[in-house]
Amino acid sequence: MMPALFFYLFAGVTVASAFMVISSKNPVHSVLFLILAFVNAAGLFVLMGAEFLAMILVVVYVGAVAVLFMFVTMMLDVDFAELRDGFLQYLPVGALVGLIVLAELVLVVGTWGAGGATQTVVAKAPIPNDVTNAEALGRVLYTEHLLLFQAAGLVLLTAMIGAIVLTLRERRAGVKRQDIAAQVARGPATAIEVVKVRPGQGLSETGV
Amino acid sequence: MAIGLGHYLTVAAILFTLGVLGIFLNRKNVIVILMSVELILLAVNINLVAFSTHIGDLKGQVFALFVLTVAAAEAAIGLAILVVYFRNRGTIAVEDINRMKG
Repeated sequence: MMPALFFYLFAGVTVASAFMVISSKNPVHSVLFLILAFVNAAGLFVLMGAEFLAMILVVVYVGAVAVLFMFVTMMLDVDFAELRDGFLQYLPVGALVGLIVLAELVLVVGTWGAGGATQTVVAKAPIPNDVTNAEALGRVLYTEHLLLFQAAGLVLLTAMIGAIVLTLRERRAGVKRQDIAAQVARGPATAIEVVKVRPGQGLSETGV
Repeated sequence: MAIGLGHYLTVAAILFTLGVLGIFLNRKNVIVILMSVELILLAVNINLVAFSTHIGDLKGQVFALFVLTVAAAEAAIGLAILVVYFRNRGTIAVEDINRMKG
């Protein structure tokens, strides 16, 4: 009883907030509803037994992606009301495509269930019962899928460098910046000066 | 009233449809389009994890992890492009993005 109750709670809130994401007037509200949808989807993941992915969903999506969306939405000085002109203009075609997609998906799920499809697939990496979800995932991820794991890291690295390169712009003139080449090329000849100080006279007469 | 695979697939199907509908509805607002793409990827992830649990195979969750990675990278790059575009043109309306005459 309780799992079903929680399933309907999480699923209902997820779907409702997803609807609010696409229909709310203010994009900031859209981002907030996106966060709500992600958190409730994480709840669904926990119900399915994928605890690690649920936590990753909260950390990555809510902690990083949604905050990124929030920053960009609030940083851009855009008249969002103007962008909503003709919002309902595309509703018929959008609803048509949406209904077709939904009907197809329902047909797939329906026939798949009604056909009495029995499980013929043998699990290649069966879910172990004696270890936690994170440990089981790690055992598979760091052994069989090591190359893919590294490739995912490369994808993230590329995204990071790409985002920095895209948004970095040269500062205005007059602002002092770090010149790494000059710092590295700095040697004893330019960095230090040896001054002969005669005893008892101090530095005043040597011109330093 | 046991919750089975079909329930999760239904939720994912509705989420996917809402994402597609969002792309159509917000034709002018790139930010909401990007959010709709995130919704679609979330639906895909729910499907992957649901099947993973149903079959009892961890590979579905591994795959969902990679989809998550790509989604994060896509959001970062997309928003960076959006910021650069706004800096150059002063608008993010999709209809004005025609400089390359594609």
